[in-house]
Amino acid sequence: MNGEIYRVAGPVVTVAGIKPKMYDVVKVGHEGLMGEVIRIEGEKAIVQVYEDTSGIKPGEPVANTGMPLSVELGPGLLESIYDGIQRPLEVLQQKMGDFIERGVTANGLTREKKWEFTPTVSKGDSVKGGDIIGVVQETPNLEHKIMVPPRKSGTVEDIKSGKFVVDETVCVLSDGSELSLMQKWPVRDPRPVGKKLSPTKPLVTGQRILDGMFPVAKGGTAAIPGPFGSGKTVTQQQLAKWSDTDIVVYIGCGERGNEMADVLNEFPELEDPKTGRPLMERTVLIANTSNMPVAAREASVYTGITIAEYYRDMGYDVSLMADSTSRWAEAMREISSRLEEMPGEEGYPAYLSARLSEFYERAGAVHSLAGLDGSITVIGAVSPPGGDFSEPVTQNTLRIVKVFWALDAKLSQKRHFPAIDWLSSYSLYKDRLAGWFTENVGSDWNELRDNAMDILQEEAELQEIVQLVGSDALPEDQQLTLEIARMLREYFLQQNAFHPVDTFCPFDRQYKLLKSVSRFGEKAIDKMEHGVPINKIMEMESKDELAKVKYEEDFDAALETIMAKMDEEFTKLGGN
Amino acid sequence: MTKEYKTIVDIAGPLIFLEKTEPVGYGELVQINLPDGTTKRGQVLDTSADMVVVQVFEGTQGLNDESGVVFSGETIKLPVAKDLLGRILSGSGEPLDGGPRIIPEKRVDVNGASMNPYSRRPPEEFIQTGISTIDGTNTLVRGQKLPIFSGSGLPHNEIALQIARQAKVPGSEEEFAVVFAAMGITNEEAQSFMEDFEKTGALERATVFLNLADDPAVERIITPRMALTAAEYLAYEHDMHVLVILTDITNYCEALRQMGAAREEVPGRRGYPGYMYTDLASLYERAGVIKGNKGSVTQFSILTMPGDDITHPIPDLSGYITEGQIVVSRELHRKGIYPPINVLPSLSRLMNSGIGEGKTREDHKAVSDQLYAGYAEGRDLRGLVAIVGKESLSVRDQRILEFADLFEDRFVRQAKDEDRNIEDTLGIAWEILSELPEAQLTRIDNKFIDKYHPAHQNAE
Repeated sequence: MNGEIYRVAGPVVTVAGIKPKMYDVVKVGHEGLMGEVIRIEGEKAIVQVYEDTSGIKPGEPVANTGMPLSVELGPGLLESIYDGIQRPLEVLQQKMGDFIERGVTANGLTREKKWEFTPTVSKGDSVKGGDIIGVVQETPNLEHKIMVPPRKSGTVEDIKSGKFVVDETVCVLSDGSELSLMQKWPVRDPRPVGKKLSPTKPLVTGQRILDGMFPVAKGGTAAIPGPFGSGKTVTQQQLAKWSDTDIVVYIGCGERGNEMADVLNEFPELEDPKTGRPLMERTVLIANTSNMPVAAREASVYTGITIAEYYRDMGYDVSLMADSTSRWAEAMREISSRLEEMPGEEGYPAYLSARLSEFYERAGAVHSLAGLDGSITVIGAVSPPGGDFSEPVTQNTLRIVKVFWALDAKLSQKRHFPAIDWLSSYSLYKDRLAGWFTENVGSDWNELRDNAMDILQEEAELQEIVQLVGSDALPEDQQLTLEIARMLREYFLQQNAFHPVDTFCPFDRQYKLLKSVSRFGEKAIDKMEHGVPINKIMEMESKDELAKVKYEEDFDAALETIMAKMDEEFTKLGGN
Repeated sequence: MTKEYKTIVDIAGPLIFLEKTEPVGYGELVQINLPDGTTKRGQVLDTSADMVVVQVFEGTQGLNDESGVVFSGETIKLPVAKDLLGRILSGSGEPLDGGPRIIPEKRVDVNGASMNPYSRRPPEEFIQTGISTIDGTNTLVRGQKLPIFSGSGLPHNEIALQIARQAKVPGSEEEFAVVFAAMGITNEEAQSFMEDFEKTGALERATVFLNLADDPAVERIITPRMALTAAEYLAYEHDMHVLVILTDITNYCEALRQMGAAREEVPGRRGYPGYMYTDLASLYERAGVIKGNKGSVTQFSILTMPGDDITHPIPDLSGYITEGQIVVSRELHRKGIYPPINVLPSLSRLMNSGIGEGKTREDHKAVSDQLYAGYAEGRDLRGLVAIVGKESLSVRDQRILEFADLFEDRFVRQAKDEDRNIEDTLGIAWEILSELPEAQLTRIDNKFIDKYHPAHQNAE
């Protein structure tokens, strides 16, 4: 149905005469700019347009596609770089050069490549929504499972095998529906699952403070709030690089163009520690930088999570990083204020909290329709204005997520990275994952970690006294506690994302490192009780050498040498 | 379209409302003819079949319902040509230097299009500014946007000028072209910039856009866009390396707030519009380098933090968009240290890609981290000394305290015309680090200590 533009005010366009449904996608103006119906007022519909509207006039034509905003799901998603509405940036560059002009459409999945399809069902089999009808080797390490779209079912009338492009029919069902390698799905609807499960395995990230102190479960949710410059993006990128999931979806939502360029440059070079293949082969990137249209930014988060859900349906573990959810919330605010809606807290729309929780609820470990276990772990960065965590986006996010990694500007100023504050961060998965840790990391891991946390807590209290009287005024045992806490902070918690070895620390190294610091602590306390003065202990060389063991390629050998030296030095200290 | 409309029904602040027009494009440039024969310019903010809202750049004094409005049929464009270099233009692109109008090679929409992230090349070419606190600890690279966060009465202009004078990429002889956009700064400040440009001959390779404090605030909204359009043209079509200095972003944001209030928009934090992040991003994000293109746009904006408050919405939103910030400190300024850059809250996000072996020196990152760690601890200890006195500190703490003083005196402090190369900067860094016990240098790999530590040098 065609209508015409009545009014243009920035990205919000009022249209008359199209009789749309809510969230229908429309093409606006002579150039056919893509937009979405976000309100219907009598004869008029209000459309948020995903592209710049300069020069667009009232009276220009508008066409309704009758379809909600959808993404194309099928082989070819991996290694892609999309904008917020799933247009591949590489195709956009070919079509219009280095700057993004408007009115260009591009398919999310290429129609040029032929994929080798191997069916796993035969004629006469009965299938239902979510069932797997065949597989395509999408990358050397990932078998892409072709599924019946969720709301379809029937008996297989015809099934083909061979090479196909994504929109060719490979299977016909008894009700006449034709299935291809690709399906479309409206981004604002969660894809149905069989059953939601409670998460039991940790997401292993190779980041000591995250894995060791505040672990997130596969299928869980985590938030990283922090002021600018505290390391949100570096942390998110570290997670995207080193998380032990099959698929990574990275959404650059309203962030910097140069950062995205950096990711695009780096990921094809880096190796997946699990498979040894380029990281890019398991990654889908969505880049809607801060200067790209705000309505597309609002959509980018949904585009990302829908792609993640699609891979979860195949039984894969997916991690999704959204950097930053605050920019997403601001996009909502911007559009809401153009609609002259009654604002809630700090100008954000009243539905902010509902939208955030709907989004995080799409995470989770599930039993898919096909009966496979998969998960989506969502990690959202939050950029609170002025670093003030009491603002609405941070607060509403914290009400939903189970893991909170609080970034702290003071730590980053001291170049303590990752600048995650160990005192205010928390993980609600600790207890649920305790069994996994005992079994897979070390029988005493949970205890080691809790002890370390206790020491750090104690340090914080002692520091208050030190601020008043200086450290020399403390009794010797407390001075030793301070020293052990310093070692925990500098040797264990600090991790250099840019160091080739230290950037990824596997669990067994984390365990050995923590164990070594703890062993030093035990022996030092023992010696002190036997009359050895603190300054003798402080002068131990092996203690300082332990600082750099995390940078060693041959970690085990280096650690062994140092620990042997430490034993020797302790013996030399004597005592009664 | 040359039709003149005399259908103004409402005038409010910088806005005029018109009825019964032909269809008018959103963002179109408008000319307004006043009854006394003068003309003003404006831009369409909202357009519908019944009503058009126009924002007037030069203010609405003298406007009434007798005034005529002519729609140009196009959005705001800047005529660009290589002759832009050496010219001084007004905030809306009119010549101020008495020279002829620019003969355009083409006319470019000042809003610019957003660069495809896929086309960007990650910035990584080290720019040597000759200032240790920038080169050594907050390195600037080509294509970066690194603002100076300053306060009223601090020497941010001197720092910006020193950078404009000294900035170079070691090993390449090309000089930077400078595009300078003044937004609401005083005539006096503008004069001192111009004098310095003239004195050093920089004006020949500069384009200046001046919107001064007494120019209309609304014009400020297009001034930086004009400047960035000129910069992009010089960079991407003439392969130049362009350094854009925008000053003062705070005045720009004030103008934005003023417009928002006139339009009766729902205000965000402290009355600034809710879309200020997006709006600022549309300026800052116009820095970068493109794959397969030689030119680059590097932004060095100046922003005065109201009340020296870094959490104020203007520095706050800026910090979330820019690739770091150089923070000018009142405390250091009071101590008489120039440039009074406090490295602790300062940051360059692209530093790691611009330094290291083959770019600056292999030990650069480690040295910088060690300087930060030492200085941060030293500053903490100063607070303690104020309470308990220096004597009650441990020997280790006393040395760190001394290190913090040395850092400010030797590393931070330099003369206004002192152009230190990166070797000098790192040399000073090692000299002051050697005042700390070697075991304390936990951020530095042993192989660098062996190679660069002055104590080891003497031993050889």
